[in-house]
Amino acid sequence: MSPGENPAILLKAEGLQVRRGGALVLDIPVLDIFPDQILALIGPNGAGKSTLLLALACLLKPARGRFSFNGRVIDAGRGDVEYRRRVALVFQEPLLFDATVFDNVAAGLKIRGTGREEIVRTVPAYLERFGIAHLARRSARKLSGGEAQRTSLARAFITKPEIVFLDEPFSSLDPPTREELIGDFEKILRETRTTAVVATHDQTEALRLADRIAVMNGGRIAQIGPVAEVMNRPADGFVASFVGVETVLPGRVLETSDGVFTAAVEGGEIEAVGHVRTGEGILCCIRPEHVTLSTNAPPPGTSARNVFSGRIRTITPLGLFHRVRLDCGFDLTAYVTRQSFETLSLEEGKSVIASFKATAVHVIPRQT
Amino acid sequence: MDLILEGIKKAFFLIFTLDAEVLGITLLSLKVSGLATLISMVVGISAGTTAALSRFPGRQLVVSLINTGMALPPVVVGLFVTIFLWRNGPLGFLEILYTPTAIILAQAVIATPIVTGITLAAIQNLPANLRLQILSLGATRIQMVWMLVKEARLPLLAAVMAGFGGVISEVGASIMVGGNIRGYSRVLTTATVMETGRGNFDVAIALSVILMLLAFTVNAILTQIQQRERLR
Repeated sequence: MSPGENPAILLKAEGLQVRRGGALVLDIPVLDIFPDQILALIGPNGAGKSTLLLALACLLKPARGRFSFNGRVIDAGRGDVEYRRRVALVFQEPLLFDATVFDNVAAGLKIRGTGREEIVRTVPAYLERFGIAHLARRSARKLSGGEAQRTSLARAFITKPEIVFLDEPFSSLDPPTREELIGDFEKILRETRTTAVVATHDQTEALRLADRIAVMNGGRIAQIGPVAEVMNRPADGFVASFVGVETVLPGRVLETSDGVFTAAVEGGEIEAVGHVRTGEGILCCIRPEHVTLSTNAPPPGTSARNVFSGRIRTITPLGLFHRVRLDCGFDLTAYVTRQSFETLSLEEGKSVIASFKATAVHVIPRQT
Repeated sequence: MDLILEGIKKAFFLIFTLDAEVLGITLLSLKVSGLATLISMVVGISAGTTAALSRFPGRQLVVSLINTGMALPPVVVGLFVTIFLWRNGPLGFLEILYTPTAIILAQAVIATPIVTGITLAAIQNLPANLRLQILSLGATRIQMVWMLVKEARLPLLAAVMAGFGGVISEVGASIMVGGNIRGYSRVLTTATVMETGRGNFDVAIALSVILMLLAFTVNAILTQIQQRERLR
């Protein structure tokens, strides 16, 4: 869904500026958060992701800025308890209280003055949902990293926040734990239709979770848009270097056989390798160095299983090689050496054949 | 050596026969130091938390003063409390000099910086983002402060132990502002000083043993609570 099609804006920030020791560390002219969407903030360390989250969650007083939530102007500081009770924030470290898992998850309800009976009724469902029901009576000090972060997430979700802000919620976990938790988290987000803003420096995480991506740099948003748009058409050099000019195609698995599968993407079909199920939503990522261009069809017997004809849209010289953007029914980017570029006499508008191997496709599962 | 053995024998005799005077002195010590610790808890935990959570010019100086206050010599406190409570002193109208109330006041002045200083350190040692996390759960400022204090409850218990330990064993201020009046403002430490001065070592040893048992029992109970919490 593009912003134009979605007139409802859940949270709008305008003229947001945060200063630290006189220096401007965050400068966001306008940012819209749409309901039921997940926005990923990506960018290097110090790009302002955490500061933006804190400002949006009204936990930090900006130098200036105006917020409206559901059309109502809110106090951009810590004063607005009512707003703070309608959103939630999850930090990278779980920040649990020295109490049982049950009491930790119940904390937000207790703060809101919820009665004991209702707490006892509500908490178990959330413990169950986040896979920590068996830990209810355990002290929060005795949890593994993954269990602690699950507790922290359950504590945030139990108050049914209208927006959840997450600051690198998975980055301190080891890879298997992280993978499992992201999967569960993604499911819960979609099930509960919770609007979320997730800061991460992990691009794969962003691709998996987000509907929209905002690339941040030096306290500003360098580019914001739907995932495929930001990944395939970086707005500037910084975004391109940060997201790594990869072709990213949202698709759906059509059929699988022996680990090789066919996926429908916009304007074509792609063969790739991976453990996926038929009908599953995925993102296919193809790095430009893996795409081969030729002016005639590849000879029979090639191992490239993906062959597309396309038209050259733009050519950007990058020193030792050229970046060639193609329209194959979908966007595809290829790197071509200067020699090949001359041999093939490539030019904008020319038709070429692009090919890449099934193994060159990096597949990211995605629930949509 | 005989002196010590005799003293210890006499001590246990006095303790087990529940000697009325010794019992009275012990109960007064407990009451005075207990109340002083209670006052220092209320003032110290509030002040320590406030100092830990607020940012204001001169904060550094205030923190230094608190830390210096933790090592405040009891005789200095005794001197100033005496001056304040002296007949024509600023608080002379209260007419409490040489009463147990004066000892409570002096001991509270000694214990408060100790409790404040440890509270300040305990609250500052909590994770930096915990405050924001609590606020993001929808807490008001008052709820947030209360939850932080609850999080720091183990070190705060240590603060209380240190405060109580400091005042139950303190002698300078108690003797100066309390006067060591028999049956009225005589506490374990002041009585020990007096009996030692008189050469009544047996009584002095008895009082010392009681003092140590008292300090040990109170700390053992608090330690028990602290360790049970930690192991939970």
